[in-house]
Amino acid sequence: MTDQRETTSLAPDHYVNPDPFDPTSREVITPEQERFFQASQMQIMWWKFRRHKPAMWAGVILFIFYLAVPFAEQMAPYSPNQRHSEHIYAPPQGLHLFHEGRFVGPFVYGMESTINLDLMQREFKPNLNDVQPIRFFCFSDPYDYWMGFEASFRLFCPAEGGTVFLLGTDRLGRDVFSGIVYGARISLTVGLIGVAISMLLGIIIGGAAGYFGGIVDSFVQRVIEILRSLPELPLWMALSAALPVTWNPILIYLGITVILGLLDWPGLARAVRSKLLALREEEYARAAVLMGAKPTRVIGRHLVPGFMSHLIASASLSIPSMILGETALSFLDLGLRRPVVSWGVLLNEAQNITIITVYPWLMAPVIPVIVVVLAFNFFGDGLRDAADPYK
Amino acid sequence: MLAYIVRRIFTMIPTLFVISLLTFAIIELPPGDYLSNQIAALQASGEGAGVAKIEFLRKEFGLDRPFLVRYLMWVGLWPGASGFSGILQGNWGWSFEYDQPVNTVVGPTLLLTVILNFTTILFVYIVSLPIGIYSATRQYSWGDYGFTFLGYIGLATPNFLLGLILLYYSNVWFGLSIGGLMDPKYIDQPWSWEKIKSVLSHLIIPTIVIGTSGTAGMIRRLRANLLDELHKQYVTTARAKGLKENRLILKYPLRMALNPFVADIGNLIPSLVSGSVIVSVVLNLPTVGPILLSALQSQDQFLASFILMFVAVLTLVGMLISDLLLALLDPRIRLGQGARS
Repeated sequence: MTDQRETTSLAPDHYVNPDPFDPTSREVITPEQERFFQASQMQIMWWKFRRHKPAMWAGVILFIFYLAVPFAEQMAPYSPNQRHSEHIYAPPQGLHLFHEGRFVGPFVYGMESTINLDLMQREFKPNLNDVQPIRFFCFSDPYDYWMGFEASFRLFCPAEGGTVFLLGTDRLGRDVFSGIVYGARISLTVGLIGVAISMLLGIIIGGAAGYFGGIVDSFVQRVIEILRSLPELPLWMALSAALPVTWNPILIYLGITVILGLLDWPGLARAVRSKLLALREEEYARAAVLMGAKPTRVIGRHLVPGFMSHLIASASLSIPSMILGETALSFLDLGLRRPVVSWGVLLNEAQNITIITVYPWLMAPVIPVIVVVLAFNFFGDGLRDAADPYK
Repeated sequence: MLAYIVRRIFTMIPTLFVISLLTFAIIELPPGDYLSNQIAALQASGEGAGVAKIEFLRKEFGLDRPFLVRYLMWVGLWPGASGFSGILQGNWGWSFEYDQPVNTVVGPTLLLTVILNFTTILFVYIVSLPIGIYSATRQYSWGDYGFTFLGYIGLATPNFLLGLILLYYSNVWFGLSIGGLMDPKYIDQPWSWEKIKSVLSHLIIPTIVIGTSGTAGMIRRLRANLLDELHKQYVTTARAKGLKENRLILKYPLRMALNPFVADIGNLIPSLVSGSVIVSVVLNLPTVGPILLSALQSQDQFLASFILMFVAVLTLVGMLISDLLLALLDPRIRLGQGARS
């Protein structure tokens, strides 16, 4: 080597600098670039995601909603199935801050009910003298928290002897707001479990199709085509009608999530398949095969992790449709039933148009459904953009 | 072209068989059937007389036979009590709940289901085409942002809840009921111009309700496709040669962008049909939706499986039409069939 260098440097009109070459001297990397080049993939994704403002806000909103999953008991003033026989179809009690020009903090006016014998229904009127300040960080009726651990702490409760129905009550006097808080627990987790199931199926089936090709691939392709051409909702309806009525609520809930996940995998399987078709020709995949790795290992350890983040991002976009699916099924009486509370179960009360026109607050669960679905759409868009960090 | 159509129709046959097997199996999933539930109820109340009739029905429909035989009898490939008579022979089965043949139960609703879905598809295309073109050619304008925002809302609002909300507000603000298919006074009246007008005006709201989410998706897709095309060289060339802007867009990039737009009908139709089922339940429209719901709840198996089958066939036919349209629109598909992937 040294001989060669000496001979070239001996050439008369060709100067070569004998000093050792330092590649970093050509291109000076700023500290920011340094940070970028050395960052892990997750970090780059996070930076990219942070720049997507709507997705960030959607993430914050979703986080707040998801707080209700572990902490519903603390966030709701009542338990969702507690009946207030004195307050049947009570309208929402508005939150006020000022009473007769004086600041009292958040409070509601107490309600007086009269029975209208012509219409055979209770009529509620706020009693403007009965100021019921809301108590914060308070203790009221005890509840079972998770595994039989009894507690009575709540974020806010009604005044002593008063009521707080922020969104009114239904035909049995159950608080709608508490129902929404508890319903979040079911409605928000249905999508997550369903997506987990559909991802599992999608990776296994799509992975097999893409990796083995040939007959397996064309068979899976046909199945996917057929499943995708079927209208989802009628199939969901038929499948959930098949769940035995005798099952307990937990089993029904699991059954519904399985049904939702069962019909969702074709889209993901297709994505996995097309990615695998390309990736299995890569050298590192060949190397793994030559070293004797089994197909499950090549797919699971070498190929799928390469586009896992992308897969999660596109899967997150099907969470909203699952939330809507559960809502629709419960709304139609084919899904969950009381005593389990989900947003669809609550909306079940609002099926009848005459009831809606008289008691419009029963439609309140529509709002969280729309907000969550919208937030998931933005969040998923941001995730998908961020999942390709080098683009 | 003819060969293409024939081939395309032939590929539908195995698909139809798989779908029919699937729907029949799903409907049969719950333990027991309508008739054995009936028998149990009758025996519990000590009425022996009714049992004989139900036993007869069980024999007639082969409910005591194994699954595969029942399926083949339903399709019409296995002789039942009265010879070959199944869907292939035009006998759609018996509705136990209504105690009538399935075709008299669902017959009047089928046409309306088709009309409702057809008008919805038309609505989606008519609305999303101009808006998509506008959004792509005036990217980042206020109009573009406005439509994108509206599109997101449309995508996020579940259609049956939208139906519920519209139902409420039309009742509160205008005092009119938008549910049902026609004004109650026209029910059981002979068809007249007034009645048709009433039906059409009642179709508007369901069409919008079912179509919004599809429209939003279509606008986004057409916008993205057209934007891709607008940045290509041939557009610049045409512009440099002095072609008028409107003519340029309509003649070249739009034709290219229209392709995926039409092909997307395949994704659109299943979701529209899904939507029409539940929106019909909410708005109380006489389509197959409400009947399917009650049939599923009472395990009226032949009725439910026929409707599921019908809904699936509806989407398949829609996809067939979209493929044919695509072939008509795009000579590359019509002529070079090998290039299809």
